[in-house]
Amino acid sequence: MNSFPSKIFEQAVNEFASLPGIGRRSAVRMVLHMLKQNPEEARRFGETMIRLTREIRFCKNCHNISDSELCSICADHRRDATTICIVEDVRDLLAVENTNQYRGLYHVLGGIISPMDGIGPNNLNIETLLEKLKTDTITEIIMALSATMEGDTTVFYLYKKVSQLNRPELKLTSISRGVSIGDDLEYADEVTLGRSILNRTPYESTLVR
Amino acid sequence: MHLRKLSLINFKNYPEAGLEFSIEANAFVGDNGSGKTNLLDAIHYLSLCKSYFNPADNQNIMHGAEFMLIQGTYDLNGVEELIHCGLKRGQRKVFKRNNKEYERLADHIGLLPVVMISPVDSMLITEGSEERRKFIDSIISQYDKSYLNDLISYNKIVAHRNALLKQFALSRSFDGASLEIWDDQLVPLADHLFVKRHEFISRFSPIFQQHYNYITEAKEEVSIVYESHLEAGNFAATLSSSLEKDRYMQYTTKGIHKDDLVFTSGAYPVKRFASQGQQKSFLIALKLAQFQFIREVTGVKPILLLDDIFDKLDDSRVKRLMELVSRDNFGQLFISDTHPERVQKIFHDIGIPIRVFEVTNGFVKSNPLPAAHEPA
Repeated sequence: MNSFPSKIFEQAVNEFASLPGIGRRSAVRMVLHMLKQNPEEARRFGETMIRLTREIRFCKNCHNISDSELCSICADHRRDATTICIVEDVRDLLAVENTNQYRGLYHVLGGIISPMDGIGPNNLNIETLLEKLKTDTITEIIMALSATMEGDTTVFYLYKKVSQLNRPELKLTSISRGVSIGDDLEYADEVTLGRSILNRTPYESTLVR
Repeated sequence: MHLRKLSLINFKNYPEAGLEFSIEANAFVGDNGSGKTNLLDAIHYLSLCKSYFNPADNQNIMHGAEFMLIQGTYDLNGVEELIHCGLKRGQRKVFKRNNKEYERLADHIGLLPVVMISPVDSMLITEGSEERRKFIDSIISQYDKSYLNDLISYNKIVAHRNALLKQFALSRSFDGASLEIWDDQLVPLADHLFVKRHEFISRFSPIFQQHYNYITEAKEEVSIVYESHLEAGNFAATLSSSLEKDRYMQYTTKGIHKDDLVFTSGAYPVKRFASQGQQKSFLIALKLAQFQFIREVTGVKPILLLDDIFDKLDDSRVKRLMELVSRDNFGQLFISDTHPERVQKIFHDIGIPIRVFEVTNGFVKSNPLPAAHEPA
């Protein structure tokens, strides 16, 4: 599959294959599909991609992707501006947003601390977060990071940084961890189940209201 | 606990094999290179999710094959357990218990304890400290789940910390706050693991001494001394006082990942002063102590795998060893030997029926279990 009848074709295949999760076989299928479409549709596809990289912006407040200076979430006055939910990336922001359970604002870190991947605190949007927290308007920050060592380490780092701000009334919380909804207890691993026991919640708070 | 059936597909030199075992003793006999040890290794795989001999999983797939499969049917307290290990080239290993896949292999380790005695054990004496740490870790993690989890976390933190030290050196900079978050997590884990290892050695040592004396019929004093940077006390202080060196070396120089065991006989280190024979007795005593220790802690008799031990020991020691394993406190036994008559005679002499499997180039022929006979 390495020699194609056309160089242009091959180049297009290479571009598609450079996308995450796309192998060469799928890339060939996509390019052939492009060729079958009417040229107007392919042009629109290409132009959208160019516009995407040229025109997309990152919200100056929360670093979410946006069409304008402030993203639609930060610009929405109905949302609770006293609470900030800290997420690793835009994907996680969308995941939390899709729960329909959260009405506050976000802060996208742009990654988590992982020296093995060459990512340190300076590569993340931490300074802008600390800047925001210096004002009194924010009363709670929720850590919604992955339950991995790197995620925990990032939370730990933020906790230390936030403690230095000397704002004792600022509430720092973390999303709860434990047994998934619909899971049998016997199949939960010890670490998760142990954590669930330690972080048990008052039953009344779990009732659907 | 015992293994009733084993089936293999494309494991090492076995295109396909199906074996049914005696709940007492089983022998794999055949020429060198026929695949006796591979059968022992398959059993090891099912217990500890890896080969005893070759840590590279992919190299355990038969040459030219795309995948391998090991399946074992166990009897665990009267309940049948089906353990499945599958591996496709270039993919991750899949372990299933009764058709339910494990999310983490660590959850399986410890369910089916096993002890292997093999000629390669001499690495424990001759090689670097890593082999001896692996020895301790593999025992403790067979009965203590949180130990293995902590150890995995510890090693990951050290890897991150080392990466950070390298970055500091590369960029000629230093960021204390970044290092601190790793150190703060490292210290409690190290303390915890140190206590567990320390406890283990102090319980293990006397059992070991007892087995050594039994096998050698000697009275020389043998001992295992645990050496760790954490003996100095406050590990946080040790870490910060070695910071300069760590930055220079670009890795974490102090911690439980540098622990070692010193084996001594009389007052001398076994590594340098013991004879070949003494070293072998030392190793076998070490493994038998491991067996007894796991049995005492878990209440389960581990499966004992004896790889080619008759060739390496003199007759009197073989006899002592066999007397030991024929007693009640040992469970299911698997043994490999090049001489079918020898192994049959030895087991005949101690009055244990043995099922013999003839192995030739990746094919196994099982002989029916001989009728129970009178002890000699």
